[in-house]
Amino acid sequence: MSGAPWITLLTLLPLAGGVAALITRSARAARWISAAFGGAALLLTIALWHSFSPASGILQFQERHAWLPALGLEYHVGADGLGLLMLALSAIVVLMSIAASWKNEEHGALYYALVLFLEAGLFGTFTALNFVHWFLFWELSLIPAFFLVRLWGGPARARAATQFFLYTMVGSVALLLAFLLLFLATGSFDFIDLAGLARNGQLSGLLAQNLHWPGWSGDEIAALICCGAFLGFAVKVPVVPFHTWLPSAYAEAPSSTTMLLTGAMSKMGLYGFLRVLLPIFPAQMQHLQTPLLWLAVASIVLPAFAAWAQTDLKRIFAYSSINHLGYCLLGICAVLRVTGANTALAAEKAAAMNGVLLQMFNHGLTAAALFWFVALLERRSGGLRGLDDFGGLRKAAPVFCGLMGIALFSSLGLPGLNGFPGEFLIFKGSFPLTPRAASISVLGLLMTAVFLLTILQKVFSGPLSERWAAFPDLTTAERALLLPALALMLVLGVYPQLILSLVNGTALQLVSQLRF
Amino acid sequence: MAWILRNLWLIPALPTLAAGISALLPQRRRAMSAGLAIGSMSLSLLLALCAFAHTLAEPARQVFNFRWMQFGAEWVSLGWVLDPLTAVMLVMVTFVGLLIFLFSVGYMAHDENFTRFFCFLSLFSGAMLGVVIANSLLLLFMCWEIVGLTSYLLIGFWYQRPSAAAAAKKAFITTRIGDLGLLLGMVWLYGQTGTLLFYDHGAGCMEHGALSLLTAQTTSIGMAVSTAIGLLIFCGAVGKSGQVPLHVWLPDAMEGPTPVSALIHAATMVAAGVFLVARTYPLMSASLPDAASAATTALQVIAWVGAITAVFAALIAVAQNDIKRILAYSTVSQLGYMMLGLGVGGVAVGMFHLITHAFFKALLFLGAGSVIHGCSDEQDIRRMGGLRRWMPVTFATYAAGMLALCGFPLFAGFWSKDEILHAAHGWSISQGPFYLGAFGALLTAFYMTRQVCYVFFGRYRSGAAHTADAQHAHGHDHAAHAASKPHESPAVMTVPLTILAVFAVLLGFAGTPAWPWFASFLGGEPLSLDFRRFAENGILPLMLASSLIVIAGLALGWWLYGRKPVEDADAPDVLERAQPGIFHALQNRLYVDEFYSWTIIRLARWGAVLSDWLDRRVWNGVVQLVAWTVRACGWFDASVDSYVVNAGFDESCRGVSGSGRFFSMLQNGQVQRYLRTVGIALAVLMVLLLWSRRG
Repeated sequence: MSGAPWITLLTLLPLAGGVAALITRSARAARWISAAFGGAALLLTIALWHSFSPASGILQFQERHAWLPALGLEYHVGADGLGLLMLALSAIVVLMSIAASWKNEEHGALYYALVLFLEAGLFGTFTALNFVHWFLFWELSLIPAFFLVRLWGGPARARAATQFFLYTMVGSVALLLAFLLLFLATGSFDFIDLAGLARNGQLSGLLAQNLHWPGWSGDEIAALICCGAFLGFAVKVPVVPFHTWLPSAYAEAPSSTTMLLTGAMSKMGLYGFLRVLLPIFPAQMQHLQTPLLWLAVASIVLPAFAAWAQTDLKRIFAYSSINHLGYCLLGICAVLRVTGANTALAAEKAAAMNGVLLQMFNHGLTAAALFWFVALLERRSGGLRGLDDFGGLRKAAPVFCGLMGIALFSSLGLPGLNGFPGEFLIFKGSFPLTPRAASISVLGLLMTAVFLLTILQKVFSGPLSERWAAFPDLTTAERALLLPALALMLVLGVYPQLILSLVNGTALQLVSQLRF
Repeated sequence: MAWILRNLWLIPALPTLAAGISALLPQRRRAMSAGLAIGSMSLSLLLALCAFAHTLAEPARQVFNFRWMQFGAEWVSLGWVLDPLTAVMLVMVTFVGLLIFLFSVGYMAHDENFTRFFCFLSLFSGAMLGVVIANSLLLLFMCWEIVGLTSYLLIGFWYQRPSAAAAAKKAFITTRIGDLGLLLGMVWLYGQTGTLLFYDHGAGCMEHGALSLLTAQTTSIGMAVSTAIGLLIFCGAVGKSGQVPLHVWLPDAMEGPTPVSALIHAATMVAAGVFLVARTYPLMSASLPDAASAATTALQVIAWVGAITAVFAALIAVAQNDIKRILAYSTVSQLGYMMLGLGVGGVAVGMFHLITHAFFKALLFLGAGSVIHGCSDEQDIRRMGGLRRWMPVTFATYAAGMLALCGFPLFAGFWSKDEILHAAHGWSISQGPFYLGAFGALLTAFYMTRQVCYVFFGRYRSGAAHTADAQHAHGHDHAAHAASKPHESPAVMTVPLTILAVFAVLLGFAGTPAWPWFASFLGGEPLSLDFRRFAENGILPLMLASSLIVIAGLALGWWLYGRKPVEDADAPDVLERAQPGIFHALQNRLYVDEFYSWTIIRLARWGAVLSDWLDRRVWNGVVQLVAWTVRACGWFDASVDSYVVNAGFDESCRGVSGSGRFFSMLQNGQVQRYLRTVGIALAVLMVLLLWSRRG
């Protein structure tokens, strides 16, 4: 599969689909077009996955063309295990989201076009290696998301969408400024080149030399830039305390859009940590490791507790989402704990990094499935989704309950389902590297069980009220659509090597970037 | 490599597969679901017997390991192990499980979710057998958690009862608290030894190399790393085996159908904690070579926790009135004995009691199920009575189980419990556990006699005050003759009872002091029949003493409850009349649940509210503050714009336009105005000129 510009094609595919969906103007046709283009994107991703040689874990399928040489602009794309994993996740989540909104009559052609534009933004973000067009895609994905929330959201959608947009915009501005400074100092926007400069230790020298900030040393400037970039990614992940946009955005967005937000877009922040922050600012991240570690612990524990205090199912899952991404942060911070010569802990770092990658994928899959179930529930209840609005639904809808139970237990980290291997590897790696933080973080695992089982108890158990006596169970079509996602959960729980064999080389590569 | 070793995975896989197929079956395929479960379990039993025979012939431990997942250059390996410990557990779990499956066919016959029930039971068996064969702490943990899931599903099987749903959640969360300790212990062990395989031809974490590494290191608080890890792993066992202080979930778990209580919450799953300690015994007992005492800190903790649990639960059992709750507390108490046995006497002592207990406690629970079934779902022992006349088979088998549990001479429990007491007596650290154990034996005999007197003797006290649960699951045709006399259960239920009763009587002979087959089999030591051993080490006096204790307990129970049978179901208990304060405290389970709900649960709830408040007020407050600041800046900017910049600009514009207007006025084309201006200008010039000339 070498030669052809596959990555560019992959990004253009949903873009073309989106345009086609817009042109048709019929919701039915747009639905089929979006499914076809989404499916084609997934197939192309799988094909890329197949021809990827995972052992080295380095960037492959690279395309590099001069764009505006005078400004150091190049079109540079490529994918390694991390990128491919995120491409596959985005493609899967987009298909799930389209399937979840299939029967939704409110969603017109524009809805599906926006979903495909969002997918293009995601693909572009996960493959770009030059800041300029990476940033374009980063923002491009935000705009469809904004409109999806703004146009089809719940009653408080205007406020939530604006908050979501402005919040992430602040982060984006910080990112942009950070990279402009880097460009001024180095003349490059290329992630790989910048990482190379950082590895050679030239970056801070260049910063001091070319920026001429009186009274600032190169390291201090680098730290400032790192903080700016960190802010951009921290808002996106989100890291506590930059997360307050998330619960309301997730709750107000239509559930099929929330699937995209949590399943794919939340990974953009983590991807930024791994692709940008760690390689370009290894020394600075290492300086920040202690506060970062405690932010990670806070991102695990506080949302887990907060989730228990919520009564809206979508808000519960929103907090649960922050909690799950917190484990990824914990793994990343644990890897930062020990760098350099200490090879005794190399295995632990590899375990934590592999766990992070696995968890990113698994969280996307599981969280998207959970919001899918919320969408199905809302459709049956006329928009109700409070924890106390139901009761005894298992009697009326046993299959619904059983399948949602699988997703809930996957989120809880039950062995045999996909959530467990990633969390195990993260804890396996983190505990030796930072025992105290890992020990506190298990509280998050406990609270996750508490609030997820509370959902099962309050929504599905107990006597069935008259009101829901005719609550319809899943239709055959819905079961058939859900089945692949649930089967994937089971397969990845039993055989996580399916993903690990792809990403292990890249995980080692990411870890080795910190060895300077 | 032996065929059975290579295919040992089939034993857990078969029931799991049956569960998978059964999950996809429609509800109406009842016979097929039960057939699948029973068929797969029978096959597993056959394979387990093969494995057992194999270990009899070749007792050396054999392992089969394989790679599961990769990180960096290393692999997480899983595997299974075939040794006497595995073989004994395999046979016990499959055999008892099969009997309980058969019993369930009768007991659950009228339940609408019959198919699901067998699906869950099969999944449970598969996971439990996985725990048993696992040669990796990770694989054990994974199966352990799935066992927890099935326990959750089965406790909450009658999900329409809020109490069942609450009990299921409580069970899962309480055991998960312990499991988190186990998880931390596991990752710590992994980090220290680099493997989670128990046995790996010398490189496993339960083998000499790893253990000497662990004992040589100390943690920051001065404890050996092996002890710290051992205690963390023990946390998991405390949760699963219902030891104090995490015992609170087990009595509530009786909300599940009675066969579930028998299989999961008496015979097998709750024993998994004991099994875990037995499996990791090399770690628990690892000490430095020059250590003075054989009892490590971990083993001491295990012994004390076990002894305290044994008495604590037995005390509570004395004052309970629900037939299943009495048995539940009895189970907690007996699990305490097993832990005590492991702590003071080693693997064989604890495991022997585990095996005998599995048989007689399963028997007692199934007997209780038969009683409940025969009394139209009545569970309150005060509303039973005289059942021996209507349910002779149930009564006879229940009596056998009860005597075995009490430790009546020659019954199974006698031998196994005696071994524990003997080991406790010879413990070098303290005699406390021994006295606690002996007191517990007295209590056990007493509360079981109380129960049997209430249930099987005296007069049938049900009648008008019948309080059948409106939602009781097995609809049965009970409704037709709800008020009628109790009846004996069908053969599908009594036959398993009889088989279990035979084992409850005879199984103890596998581990008598004269012929300690069980200990020698587990330990791989030569076996001989030697009656002189009774005379050694004070075994015989101890046996006499413990027999006396048991008989005293039985006599006391008979004196209080059997001599003059209870006549009125609503009359206060004999003990309640004598010591109302103590009795009520015991009846309320010594207020442990209340204590937890006032402390830990409330604390967690506060944590939740606080986190939510932090989110809404503090973090969001900061964001709002930023937003307001930005707005204020904007407002200020706008004001500056409109009042300073704009106004200034307007003013100057106005000036310009004013002067423009003025000048335009001068040039508006009217000749008169021009002339007038010229005239005025002339006049002004004249005045100025004259003025200047004068100056």
